[in-house]
Amino acid sequence: MKFGVVVFPGSNCDDDTVYTLRVNLGQEVVKLWHKDHDLQGCDFVILPGGFSYGDYLRTGAIARFSPIMNEVIAHANRGGYVMGICNGFQIVAEAGLVPGVLLRNSSQRYICRNIYLNPQSKSTILTGGLDRSAYKIPIAHGDGRYFADEDTLKSLNDNDQVLFRYCDENGLITEAANPNGSLENIAGVTNAGKNVFGMMPHPERASDPALGNADGRFILEQLLAVTA
Amino acid sequence: MKFIAEINVMPQKEILDPQGKAVKLGLHNLGIDDVSDVRIGKHITMALDADSEADAQQRVETACSKLLANMIMEDYTYTLKEG
Repeated sequence: MKFGVVVFPGSNCDDDTVYTLRVNLGQEVVKLWHKDHDLQGCDFVILPGGFSYGDYLRTGAIARFSPIMNEVIAHANRGGYVMGICNGFQIVAEAGLVPGVLLRNSSQRYICRNIYLNPQSKSTILTGGLDRSAYKIPIAHGDGRYFADEDTLKSLNDNDQVLFRYCDENGLITEAANPNGSLENIAGVTNAGKNVFGMMPHPERASDPALGNADGRFILEQLLAVTA
Repeated sequence: MKFIAEINVMPQKEILDPQGKAVKLGLHNLGIDDVSDVRIGKHITMALDADSEADAQQRVETACSKLLANMIMEDYTYTLKEG
């Protein structure tokens, strides 16, 4: 399988993502420049974290209209796999590839620390095989408060589209474990086709043994279940 | 014809606006105690060329609904005048 990591002006997790896929997971990976119109035959496209276009207007709002997004959206609409991490999640949400939107954290603060994730959906390749109730993963965002209207939230729950919820270290999903005020502790969602994933936490920042926490590797390894 | 659009984008009423909440606290600290609600949005001015007012209006609508506001979380209003 071939991974592509899109580089927008202001992306800053592209190198971490490439490193993890190449070195920790041994995958073929290329960078895709946002002005290009070619996915270079990639099977799996990742939109990395960062501050694309300076987070001007709204996070992800301008990147969503970058040239390569036409191809990314077409790839997703054909059933191809796309994953947005942090700013990448904000971009796929702005593009309408996953439901909902990311608002300013309820604390009004930028938060950079480890949190715990409880995998939810049993029907996606990303989370279906995760058997622990708590994975320690870092977050680093100012706009991570997941929001969707009541009908959308109901359909997300009814269709098993919630990927992760914030929890405590024992896997309990509590108000105290919700770092940013997200609705129902939601940290990641997928689309109806379950081929587009968006999550605020950074598994790529917790996948190398040298970092002292490799929980993220368990999450990213799930993607290898995709056969190209 | 040249037009100027004055656009206001505001967070929807039912959505918590933490920025507005923080500014309300600041106003109270300033001694303006009777402020009960503050909400903060964006004011955008846009100059554009169009064949007619209807044409300009259509472009402003597209700009607002596709990019300047996210209808999941925000509402927009605007005025359009020749300029």
